[in-house]
Amino acid sequence: MSSGRPRRLLHPPYDLAVIGAGPAGLAGVVAAADRGLRCVLLDAGARAGGQYYRHPAPELGAARPDRLHHHWSVFTGLAERLAEHVAAGRIVHLVHHHVWTAEAGAEWRLHAATGADSSGSAVIGARAVLLATGAYERQLPFPGWTLPGVVTAGGAQAMLKAGLVLPGRRVVVAGSGPLLLAAAVSLAAAGAEVPAVLEAGDYLGYARRPGVLGAVPGKLVEGAVHGAALARHGVRLHRSSAVVEAHGTDRVTGVTVARLDARWRPVPGTERRIACDALAVGHGLVPQIELATELGAATRTVPDGTVALRVDRRQRTSLPGLWAAGETCGVGGAELAIAEGELAARAIAGAAPSRSLLSRRRRLREFAELMAAAHRPGLDWSAWLRPETEVCRCEEVPVAAVREALDELGASDARTVKLLTRAGMGWCQGRMCGPAVAELCGGGQQRGADSRPLSCPVLLGELAEPLDG
Amino acid sequence: MRRTPAALVEADPGPAHTIEFDGRPVPALAGQSIAAALWAHGILAWRTTRVGGRPRGAFCGIGACFDCLATVNGRPNQRTCLLPAEPGDLVTTQEGHGHADLAV
Repeated sequence: MSSGRPRRLLHPPYDLAVIGAGPAGLAGVVAAADRGLRCVLLDAGARAGGQYYRHPAPELGAARPDRLHHHWSVFTGLAERLAEHVAAGRIVHLVHHHVWTAEAGAEWRLHAATGADSSGSAVIGARAVLLATGAYERQLPFPGWTLPGVVTAGGAQAMLKAGLVLPGRRVVVAGSGPLLLAAAVSLAAAGAEVPAVLEAGDYLGYARRPGVLGAVPGKLVEGAVHGAALARHGVRLHRSSAVVEAHGTDRVTGVTVARLDARWRPVPGTERRIACDALAVGHGLVPQIELATELGAATRTVPDGTVALRVDRRQRTSLPGLWAAGETCGVGGAELAIAEGELAARAIAGAAPSRSLLSRRRRLREFAELMAAAHRPGLDWSAWLRPETEVCRCEEVPVAAVREALDELGASDARTVKLLTRAGMGWCQGRMCGPAVAELCGGGQQRGADSRPLSCPVLLGELAEPLDG
Repeated sequence: MRRTPAALVEADPGPAHTIEFDGRPVPALAGQSIAAALWAHGILAWRTTRVGGRPRGAFCGIGACFDCLATVNGRPNQRTCLLPAEPGDLVTTQEGHGHADLAV
């Protein structure tokens, strides 16, 4: 296996390794370099930006990438500071470096799969690590969700922002959370017809804490901007509604939507069919924290049922030498991620936290928790499933098998369900089915952190190499 | 002018190159992933599943879900949403695990 693979490189230890070049990682690495730390920025992508600031490759010659983004100038500002530090040798930016495991110690060792096809390898040493690995989307299965043309809302965004392509001409957007609005607006702006946006939750949940909302006027403005843009494109937003089935044989040709009651159970008699050639669907975001949970880092359960890293006011995790910022600490958006990245960098560099940053973090964190509560999956969302609906896309495990494990074989948690059914044993490491399986096990409340020794598939030849580099 | 993603961001890509999908030519723009080039050509599926033989293509678009695997230049299990399309790339629909040649 190892023939033809680049030789592994053992970099000299850096003061700080930042994993992830999205908003939190970028803000963290430039703030740390500003304070004189020698930094390495490791990112799986080809260019800085992460998912939020994902943008076309230079070869596509996009003169106005800002039209698919909010606050694009914030990104270009961070990217310019990054470039200056790279030019001065204070930051080494390693693209196409997917860190698959971290070894803790006085000197941390990060093992990365390298190259666009992940066929190379590298080991990077650092005295401190900032985990800014962001999030991926939460999916709740429904009949027909494995049909080609059904894509994640974030995936539709990613393919549009980076590749300038659409999954279809008529795209229904459904699920829960603010990403749906952003996705619908971008799809419509890029020329897709968006017959409907279906939000399973109820945005009125935000109104329960007017004080929290009032403290983040930017978020209200953002919501209003999305609302106005949807209206301009003639897109209707349906609250308390969901896609309960996608139709088609080899690709999606339409969806059945229904009204939901407060527990997300479809209301009989409200079903209607919408013709479409694509569906973008998602239920909020899940912190991507396996590199830390594998090492035993303390976690907390967010009001939407997802698990995030527990950090102190200086963004320190429970593990010495490991800091975290942004979505890894609970999903809260780019502005919060930037504030936390900078707070972490200051702490790592031994500088005092800034009071304005602390205050911004507090206001945005409170809003994030409110948002999470408003979009938590309803207790009866699984009512739209059928026995044959696949829960695990990789291993093709149907609902019936998961229910059998729970009801007849004595499983009570996602890990046991995995061992009995293979749900979560496939390529994606349970990223697509994990949250749904946890919900089927009785909700995210009892959900512990997933423990996975490898955060992405790794070549056997790589594992055969001695770990001492 | 028809609204398109490229028009929205005022893209000025170079001339398209060509990749091959299951023996048919597919145009691709420099800087696009293989999955993006296939989507632009109206192709949504380029893999069949191991158990049910069902069609799959790009789902998450960010390299997390592994639904977009295909055989690229003879190598199976390549994540096409991450791989840049290079001129002359040969992409073939991947049947199951893509290792039928090993007869396992």
